[in-house]
Amino acid sequence: MKPKAFDYLKVSSGEEAVAALAQGGEDARIIAGGLSLMPILNFRLAEPSILIDISKADSLKYIREVGKFVEIGAATRQADLMRWDGTESKLPLLAAAFPFIGHYQTRAKGTVCGSLAHADPSSELPLCLAVLGGEVDLQSTGGKRTLSADEFQTGMLSTAKQTGEMVVAARYPTAKAGEGYAFTEMAQRRGDFAIVALAAVANADKIRLGIGGVADCPTVREWDILEGSALDDALNEFAWDLGGYDDIHATARYRRELVRRLGRRVVEEAKSCRN
Amino acid sequence: MADAAEAKKYLGQPVERVEDEILLMGKAQYSDHLPTRAGTQHAAILRSPHAHAKIISVDTSRAEKMPGVTAVMTGDDVREMSEAFLIVLRQPINQWALAVEKVRYVGEPVALVVARDRYIAEDALSEIDVVYEPMKPAIDQEEAVSDDAPIVHETVGSNVVSTRNFSYGDPEAAFAEADKVVKLKIRYPRNSQTPLEGFVVTADYHPGEDLYDVASNYQGPFTSHPVMSMALRVKNSQLRMRTPQWSGGGFGVKVQIFPYVVLICIASKKVGKPVKWVEDKLEHLSAAAAAPNRLIKMEAAVKSDGTVTGFRFDQQDDYGAFLRAPMPGPLYRMHGILTGAYDITNLAVTNRVVMTNKCPSAMVRGFGGPQMYYAIERIMHKVAVELEMDPLDVIRKNLVPAGVFPYRAAAGALLDSGDYPAAIEKAVEDGALDELKKRRDERRAAGKKYGIGYAAIVEPAQSNMGYLSNILPRDERQRNPKGGAVANATVNVDPLGTVSVTADSIPQGQGHMTILSQIVADVLGLTPDHIKVNLDFDTAKDAWSIATGNYSSRFSSATAVACQKAAEKVRAKLSRIASQTLNVPPDQLEFVEGKIRDTSNIENAINFYRAAGSAHWTPGNLPDEMEPCVRETGSWSPPELESPNDKDQINTSLTYGFVFDFCGIEIDDDTGEVKIDRYVTLHDSGTLLNPLIADGQVHGAFAWAVGCALYEEFVYGDDGSFLTGTFADYLVPTSWEVPEPEIIHMESPSMVTPLGAKGIGEGNCMSTPVCLANAVADALDVDDLTLPLTPAKISALIHGEEKPPTNDTIAADTSTKGEGNVLQGSGETVVPGEPQDVWDTLLDPEALAAVIPGCHKLDQVGDNSYEADVSLGVGPVRGRFKANVALSDMIEPEKATLSGGLIGPLGASRGSGHVTLSAADGGTKVAYDYAIELSGTVASVGGRLLEGAAKALVNQFFQRLGAQVGGEPVTGDEPWWRGLLRSLGLVK
Repeated sequence: MKPKAFDYLKVSSGEEAVAALAQGGEDARIIAGGLSLMPILNFRLAEPSILIDISKADSLKYIREVGKFVEIGAATRQADLMRWDGTESKLPLLAAAFPFIGHYQTRAKGTVCGSLAHADPSSELPLCLAVLGGEVDLQSTGGKRTLSADEFQTGMLSTAKQTGEMVVAARYPTAKAGEGYAFTEMAQRRGDFAIVALAAVANADKIRLGIGGVADCPTVREWDILEGSALDDALNEFAWDLGGYDDIHATARYRRELVRRLGRRVVEEAKSCRN
Repeated sequence: MADAAEAKKYLGQPVERVEDEILLMGKAQYSDHLPTRAGTQHAAILRSPHAHAKIISVDTSRAEKMPGVTAVMTGDDVREMSEAFLIVLRQPINQWALAVEKVRYVGEPVALVVARDRYIAEDALSEIDVVYEPMKPAIDQEEAVSDDAPIVHETVGSNVVSTRNFSYGDPEAAFAEADKVVKLKIRYPRNSQTPLEGFVVTADYHPGEDLYDVASNYQGPFTSHPVMSMALRVKNSQLRMRTPQWSGGGFGVKVQIFPYVVLICIASKKVGKPVKWVEDKLEHLSAAAAAPNRLIKMEAAVKSDGTVTGFRFDQQDDYGAFLRAPMPGPLYRMHGILTGAYDITNLAVTNRVVMTNKCPSAMVRGFGGPQMYYAIERIMHKVAVELEMDPLDVIRKNLVPAGVFPYRAAAGALLDSGDYPAAIEKAVEDGALDELKKRRDERRAAGKKYGIGYAAIVEPAQSNMGYLSNILPRDERQRNPKGGAVANATVNVDPLGTVSVTADSIPQGQGHMTILSQIVADVLGLTPDHIKVNLDFDTAKDAWSIATGNYSSRFSSATAVACQKAAEKVRAKLSRIASQTLNVPPDQLEFVEGKIRDTSNIENAINFYRAAGSAHWTPGNLPDEMEPCVRETGSWSPPELESPNDKDQINTSLTYGFVFDFCGIEIDDDTGEVKIDRYVTLHDSGTLLNPLIADGQVHGAFAWAVGCALYEEFVYGDDGSFLTGTFADYLVPTSWEVPEPEIIHMESPSMVTPLGAKGIGEGNCMSTPVCLANAVADALDVDDLTLPLTPAKISALIHGEEKPPTNDTIAADTSTKGEGNVLQGSGETVVPGEPQDVWDTLLDPEALAAVIPGCHKLDQVGDNSYEADVSLGVGPVRGRFKANVALSDMIEPEKATLSGGLIGPLGASRGSGHVTLSAADGGTKVAYDYAIELSGTVASVGGRLLEGAAKALVNQFFQRLGAQVGGEPVTGDEPWWRGLLRSLGLVK
């Protein structure tokens, strides 16, 4: 379980990173925390020619408020955002999601943007970005473009990032007055990949529910405020729409069951948290 | 001489483990840390991606030419340089250290690369070309015994390689006279307690001595030492096995390092240098070892008052592809105690050993006990349900009564001591069962699914080396009777009076150093910190026997006793020396606080170090005929461990502890999770040598048992692909998932071991899975429960019929995954052009090359059949494969079947699909379905992502087909993902 030989470049800024990406072409890869990439390399499921390490690029390590968003730089660790003073008040959905994201050790190493770029269908951070309607900045030597969450993640492990581009920042919308947020997920063990992950936002008029782990990327539905059986019907419709799939841990039917049952739990919680 | 056993100052006390600081602070040197000789080469192993296939050819020429590669070995080399491993059964099941002629499980070693470092060795693996001819595998153990099942070993001619029937008492009469016969069918899953540290072998062949010097984390039993030396064609003394002091865990699994020891020995001989191999986690999970999955059909003959008068067992153990020594141990190690904790005299048993195309089974903690007790305690629960009795009353009614010990169980176990009814009452009281019952009532009243489970089991320890003899017919085993279980330990006192101990226990973290120091300190009147215990082990220097090793909870009744005997010999010798100096008879001396003194005048004393030192400094002054130096070896084998008798009775183990558990669980209504609310476990393991260490063993066994009950299973697809190759799929519970058990001890000293101690490290592996299952059965009122009790399984039991879609327009998912790891899907798409254009594209090699995602090169090799070189992947994952594609069942231009396979370093795949073309608005409607089997690395580690990946690739294919037919240029060598991006409309 040793990776194939690769060149390794440690960069000190995003500019250096995109310059190296431009040179390295399609076989170049960005590495930050390495939580997803290292196992892939060690299993030889990918054999990049060059790894560009941005973990020491200080200019990419930041958390700042930009307008209605909290912007997180590409080298910012998950633990840094979890510990950030503003997370509880400005990003309450993320504050609720963080305890489900891997383990203490993995959060200390893994980055927020790395999780978005890896685009695992079960991951919590892409789900939160999708349900909140966040944005991702992609940078190449040719310039920068901003994509919405649903433009960015295109499928399982797949994003709209093109050769030569890297994720340099992600923006999560700041909590709004009158909104309530809730997150839950079902995994067999704490910290496992979610069988189903659920994130809900509710305000006076609308409910937004995002589901991870069932389709090949996070899927979001928005409804007018629903109660009782109307909510159950909407959740049932959503569950069947997602379909689900069987693997060795869970059946498609079980996934749909969780969408219905935990969906109700998380929507009700979001409604009750509206301030 | 004063009785040393009476003066227990340290033994029995919660002495802190000397091991802890070293293990927990990262100060231990593990096998991989041991120094190696300059020039040591590193090995990597090429493993089979197929469960069952003929090896047509192995081409190692490219790998051999790579810089840094020292040698590449195949099954031919191994067959030339070694013998097939000896097995217990008289059956022609030949296994060498590398596959010969056939592969029989995913992960089976096929070739070995020896190189300057591991990286180069792994690079070279992908340059070895193996041509396989896949065969249908035998996977499911019930299907494997049918007449038309694929045969794992043609030389045997059947997958059932042993069937033995046993009868004790009069089971026919018991069942004929029963008021009720309760039946249960159990499928116990395949699992293993996975150590943190995998296998490590360094072998150094010394040609001058024709000696193999091996450093490895082999854990014994050393019954497999001669298996290795015979395979290597050397005398036992020419295979020197060394094991280090420290271990990252064994749990039985590490006996299965032995084929690799032989493999690396041969490699060292071949390359003329030391060779080292370190197993990685994928290798470990897929190919190291597993406890056999077992099918049990069980019946209990029951009287209407709940008395069980007979048991019938029909047990079928699935040992996977080979029978490695000491298999089929799990079926026979528990044999003497097949009636569990119950006074049942009528017993009928059928044991079958079955071979399948799975990883060979092995010793795993519990060793047959978890499977057996799952059946016994589930049927006792079912007896209660059917008779509408309290399950605990059924247990109570049938227990071996107090006051009958030693008690000879029906199949031969000699239960040495205990008071089972008293133990249960103690647990009920100290563990507050009444409160738990109240809690169940309250939770149920609140609408919750709450259940209580019980399990009463007898925990055997220290295996009789003759326990496997029962697999042979009587006349055959009597020609070469086996029994006993020898233990060895040596106590040495050096010229300055420092005491050191060596022993044969090969510890794996249990705390043997601490307990041996407690024993010797008590016998010699010293403190434990005065005793240096060295448990690294060397067959060239240490006292050993076939029973040496770390297994069957043998330490407390075996090695500990040998150590006590060695210490007593030292004491006797020093008593004689002191007697001469102090001028009192030896039996009037006591050993206290570093002194040897006259019990009638404690001022008349000599320092311990001075008495011991005189044996070194002034040997001429020693008593008559006394040998100089102080170094004594204690060896012991208990006389109770006899060979099986004429009635097939065998005392399979030396000591038998008692464990009684009860627990409360609650099921989450929404998720189906089983939440352990309380868990109480009572242990009567005889005299406790160290209560802290005893509790540690209970905690460890309990944690794994929670895994077995709720999380852990090695899963295989129907095609034999191995689907749990990472710890994201083989789920080991962590500290979050394992609650703190409430431990209660009771001590009924064993009468068959001088220290009175029994085993304690395996009990909960046997009691806890079934106790939890009984609680779930109680909560849900169901009786067919198969471990692990995952939330998805529970959901299927509690959530009833699924709510149907409410909206007719919703198209329910068209793609569902098939059984095992068969990826299935279907769909349709409309592409521009007429059906004939689409047809022509599929039949035109150049156009087809452009349509197949990631195709580098495509050659036509026959009518409508092609070979291609493709790079396939999703997201960051990509692998290069050789593909065969053939078109058949062709009806131009309407439909065709595509079939073929892929093979590459990441694994192998086979599949087929159907394409139907019909004219549609604006083009051709292409309807397709596919079924793909995957095996090898991708299947083992890809788990939950495989289906999505397959879908993405199939979508790519049809998008590209559409593009090709529509006339848009698609080049064959563009990056695969660009097609995906284009298909999603993200690039042009």
